[in-house]
Amino acid sequence: MDYLIFKAPILMVQASMDGILLGILFALIAYGMALQWGVMNIINIAQGDLVIMGGYIAYFMYVAGIHPAFGIIVSPIIMYFVGWGLYKLVINKVVDRDLFISILATFGISILMQQLMNFVFGADVVVAQSNFGTTMLFDNSVTLPNSKIFSAIVSVVFAIFLIIYMKRSKLGRAIRATAQNARAAKILGVDTEKVYAATFGINAALCGVAGALIAITFTLHPYVGLPYTVRSFMIVIIAGLGNLPGVALSGMGLGVFEEFADYILGTEFRIGAVFMLLVLILVYRRFKLSRKREYLK
Amino acid sequence: MKKNNLILYGVLLVLGLTAPFLFPAFKVQISFMLILIILAMTWDVQGGQMGYNSFGNILFFGIGMYLCASIQIGMFFPLAEWTESGGEKTFLHTPTQYFQGLAVGLVFAAIVPAIVAALIGYGILGLRGHYFAICTLGLGIAAGEIAGGIELIGAGQGMTTPPWPKGIGDTELRAEFFYYICFALLIATFSFLNWAYKKRFGLVLNAIRDNEDKAEAMGIHTMRYKIVGWVVSAFFVGLAGGLVGNIVGYIEPIEVAFDGREMGVFMVLMAILGGKGTLWGPVIGASAFHIFKEGFWTFFLGWQYVALGFLIVVIVVFFPEGFMGWLREKYPERFGEVIDEADRKAQVELK
Repeated sequence: MDYLIFKAPILMVQASMDGILLGILFALIAYGMALQWGVMNIINIAQGDLVIMGGYIAYFMYVAGIHPAFGIIVSPIIMYFVGWGLYKLVINKVVDRDLFISILATFGISILMQQLMNFVFGADVVVAQSNFGTTMLFDNSVTLPNSKIFSAIVSVVFAIFLIIYMKRSKLGRAIRATAQNARAAKILGVDTEKVYAATFGINAALCGVAGALIAITFTLHPYVGLPYTVRSFMIVIIAGLGNLPGVALSGMGLGVFEEFADYILGTEFRIGAVFMLLVLILVYRRFKLSRKREYLK
Repeated sequence: MKKNNLILYGVLLVLGLTAPFLFPAFKVQISFMLILIILAMTWDVQGGQMGYNSFGNILFFGIGMYLCASIQIGMFFPLAEWTESGGEKTFLHTPTQYFQGLAVGLVFAAIVPAIVAALIGYGILGLRGHYFAICTLGLGIAAGEIAGGIELIGAGQGMTTPPWPKGIGDTELRAEFFYYICFALLIATFSFLNWAYKKRFGLVLNAIRDNEDKAEAMGIHTMRYKIVGWVVSAFFVGLAGGLVGNIVGYIEPIEVAFDGREMGVFMVLMAILGGKGTLWGPVIGASAFHIFKEGFWTFFLGWQYVALGFLIVVIVVFFPEGFMGWLREKYPERFGEVIDEADRKAQVELK
């Protein structure tokens, strides 16, 4: 084997650490996707673009001279209203319809958002410097930027906060009731329309947090949204709907896979590897389920 | 009805044959329109007739395009040198070489995507609903990303297809030549699908769309038909890809070949605009879309893609039945549907 990663095993530790920290971030986005998938039965192709949009909000705070880490507070608030508006404009017309209609409609939203961001923010790759410094481990052979550790901690905090909110609050209970049975919830006096709008808004707000974290740890570009959608979709189908520990674990697994693919196949194949993994997982699932004569529906 | 059809086909045929002379300035645009019609019609085999909404037919388009160009070049010259240093400047195809290469390239551009479709079809066509849609979306994008990493075919910078050989006419002749090939391909696609939809094949596809489990319970090997449907699509889409590569003259992995953002979306949009699940819907949808696009695209001044996204949302949300669906609603008798007025009234009252 001629690969660098096998010559220097310490790189494996590096890749795993990077992957786990990255994966926690993916899991946060996937959590939002699982939420709206479970509640509204909609797969939002624009998920990744909501993330990127949240990232740009943090980036513009950085440009304006505010520390971008405050983006994790500002950008979810703005993104909540963006999500709410999107629901009121488009999504509420496709909620009860054929799934393909909603996929295509959100795909249209995705293209629209990409292009609008391209116009408003420009097509350059940008990054918001957080100046958090780096942590060295194992005799300086593993470097971890503090911003990545920060982002992982913030993701976990937000996820725990949201889980508690869903369990305890009135809206959280309404959302869970609607996910179980929208019709029964309606009969019992839950305004499902409001619940849907709130769910979409919460999802967008989660995307906003994740985007702000991506802005300080990675790079932003208007067109890189779709890989985030596919990653979160993949995490959700591996974990299953409503399986939160599973979402966290498969998110970390995906992160580690990506870092290793990056070292072994080369950076130019990284996105390709993610998409190929999606295809392979779906096909594997199809064969596994078809043995039991069950279908993916 | 039969006689009307004959007149219609005759008029369209004459129009198609004379179009390069009627609109000499728009030969390339009209060729593109024909290609778009082919793409929309072949997408409709899955999306409309079979109920499998594929975002991945662009995969076959790109494979056909790269394969055709590689064979055209590789038959006579070293491919690696060509892609590395703009080989079209050093190597020149003689007319015989050019046409030989094109013929062989197109044959492979049709057959290899069809084989690929057959191979991956068994795994992928077992997926249902949105899993199929997202899986094929991933497939198309993965193909683009992977093609962008392969040095032999020019990686991210792309490659040029062989230029028109010197000494047998100018670019006008080239445009006419490719126009007629596209037209022939369109006729082949249309007549094949027209024939196949009337046979058992079309009925089975519709049965799969309406209820796949029931179709299987009736003893139909649904998987076999699904794969055959995908192979048919891949065959024609691959040919179209090979032609587009030659018309454009330049292949780039993400913007031209595996162009999920343009062609991949266009084919879905056009079929839905025209009315999916009908023979004429994709034709009408693609023509209307292309004429609209070419006519008004320039007015948007860089806002084209914003308009495209907006258009997708509007068409999908407010006009999902398309032109043909609208016509069908308006004049059901023309489509051979008998309406029982009493039953209709009863249904309205029920609502």
